Amino acid sequence: MKKILYGLLFCAGSIFAQGIQNGQLNGNFQSNSQVYYEDADLGISTENLPSERFLTNSFANIIYSTSNFSAGMRYEANQNSLLGFDKRYNGEGITYRYAQFNKDGLDITVGNFYEQFGSGMILRAYEERNLGYDNAFEGIRLKYSPFKGIYLKSLVGKQRLYFDKAEGIVRGFDGEISLNETFEALSEAKTQILIGGSVVSKFQKDLDPIYILPENVASWAGRFNLYHGKWILGAEYVYKYNDPSATNNFIYKEGQALLANVSYSKKGFGFSLAGKRIDNMSSNSDRNLKGQEVSINYLPALTKQHAYTLATIYPYGTIANGEMGIQTELNYKVKKGSFIGGEYGMGILANFSNAYSIHKAQIDEDTALGESGTLGYTSDFFKLGEEKYFQEFSIELSRKVNRKLRLVGSYINTHYNSKVIVGYDYHGMIKANIVVLEAQYKLKPKHSIRTEIQHLSTEQHEGNWAMGLVEYTVSPHYFFAFQNLYNYGNETKKVHYPNISAGYTKGTTRFALGYGKQRQGIFCVGGVCREVPKSNGISLSITSSF
Amino acid sequence: MKKQLIYFLFLVANVICLAQTTTLPSVDIKSLEGKIVNTNTFENDGKPMVISFWATWCKPCAKELNAISEVYDDWQEETGVKVIAISIDDARNAAKVAPYAHGKDWPFEIYVDANSDLKRALNVNAIPHTFLLNADKEIVWQHTSYLDGDEEELYEEVLKL
Repeated sequence: MKKILYGLLFCAGSIFAQGIQNGQLNGNFQSNSQVYYEDADLGISTENLPSERFLTNSFANIIYSTSNFSAGMRYEANQNSLLGFDKRYNGEGITYRYAQFNKDGLDITVGNFYEQFGSGMILRAYEERNLGYDNAFEGIRLKYSPFKGIYLKSLVGKQRLYFDKAEGIVRGFDGEISLNETFEALSEAKTQILIGGSVVSKFQKDLDPIYILPENVASWAGRFNLYHGKWILGAEYVYKYNDPSATNNFIYKEGQALLANVSYSKKGFGFSLAGKRIDNMSSNSDRNLKGQEVSINYLPALTKQHAYTLATIYPYGTIANGEMGIQTELNYKVKKGSFIGGEYGMGILANFSNAYSIHKAQIDEDTALGESGTLGYTSDFFKLGEEKYFQEFSIELSRKVNRKLRLVGSYINTHYNSKVIVGYDYHGMIKANIVVLEAQYKLKPKHSIRTEIQHLSTEQHEGNWAMGLVEYTVSPHYFFAFQNLYNYGNETKKVHYPNISAGYTKGTTRFALGYGKQRQGIFCVGGVCREVPKSNGISLSITSSF
Repeated sequence: MKKQLIYFLFLVANVICLAQTTTLPSVDIKSLEGKIVNTNTFENDGKPMVISFWATWCKPCAKELNAISEVYDDWQEETGVKVIAISIDDARNAAKVAPYAHGKDWPFEIYVDANSDLKRALNVNAIPHTFLLNADKEIVWQHTSYLDGDEEELYEEVLKL
């Protein structure tokens, strides 16, 4: 054994020696820890606390690369994972490792990889580390460009499921052609056109005692993008053959998704409009898992992603079983020198989005809507359903008043169907109005103070919230912040959530230390959400890269 | 366990020997016109380049790019530096990237890294994250997060090149 090991070391040594001239190594590290305390106000007693009291999630990536070769790995240690993360993340190990090389235009990856076909509605493997989301493939991927402007990709693999892999095998092919690059005659054309298509298939054995389930489920997608001057127009359509699963209650209906968008933009002005229809499009590497952890595809929520704390209390997440919605956004910079624009101009950002159920009708009189083992329902493609899931209007004005002072004002009106989105049975549609005022003042070079005042008013759910934040920053190293959220409209218990934090950044290394209370809530990025329990404690976050 | 340790130490030793300079990895991203562009085609005639990661939902990113945008004319005149802004927006916000950047009137070269391939290759933990590349396209300085005034530190680094 020893001899083999030394032999391996020797080999590794010579390989490394070859790469020394042009090889390079880099990586990153992140660690988030928290100590949890009891809190009578929040109703956290000893029994509710994790037995360890101290929890930590950490990982490090290391990548070695030369001009046409790279290999890397990620080591993860969650001992044990922070509250709010799935307990199946408890543990440690190498969860990601790959080797990739590129020769004569053929790009080969073996091991783990992330990938996206088109918009991702047919296939997307990605990670959202802070949400504990990682559905990386483990398998083989090839990429090849046979002619200029033509890009082909194919892959086969299984998806990560915590420290394990999901049962299903996923195979996929994607092709894209940039017509103007491929055909000489079009190279000078004013209109640029891209066309793409994908086929994805998954295999999972049928062990179901009741139903005969399709072991192979195929889906296909077509897409185009058109660029003409200041205009961009694009669309993608996905079709999935019948795929009974825990998410769709084991119905044998096909799935469809359509995403289309148009935008126009020029100096100081931008406009975009996007629409989508999703019908029975949950696609999982394991049909028996209801969660999103091994989604093969990504169904984007077409709603604005907010940054202000109170605006993140009611976040939307795509309803994979069916929804229709639009989003439109307008960006405008009022010219400097005008009455409204002032000396530096003023930014206006307005957004409107909504989502409704899709039309669903019984397949026949005797079958209930969505009954297991049947075709489920029929749906008129262009007809909205009766239920509103979400609607939001927001406007943000930002203006630099003078060399030192900058102001931002925001108003958001949200309609949030909590029963459908997060299953708060008793609250139904939550209607909230949110106002935010932000001011940033430069005290002296590199020293700034920033304040936020936020208010959320609603008659449903937990009632009104108020929030204040003060942050002092010294560029390029330090920040100190204090904030308090106050749920003063809560009829059961009015709770304060104070939090104090400080941070130090040097180059790519950042330390952030916080102490205080955190409200219970749902945190979403993209289409993925994570529920975080209320807590009181000290948190420390360290990130670094080299 | 002991063997693993030896192997690990060996790796570390190699790492120390190797970790000299870092150049930009070669990764495909997309231009705002949808064209696939490889990062090895980034060019600024031997002058420095700044690569800054952002997204339409990231407030500090917008602050940083706004701040650079205000002084960009002066920077370019004095040093010829070029700023490349890379959005990691995915399908949720893909349609908003061009209108957002144009709406802000940013004078930068803008690309989209929709599945974070470049972000991952450069080991970016969180955005904003900014890299400074010298004439040989080596990464000579990088910084994570943005505090008001950080662009001045970046410019001091540009001036050193």
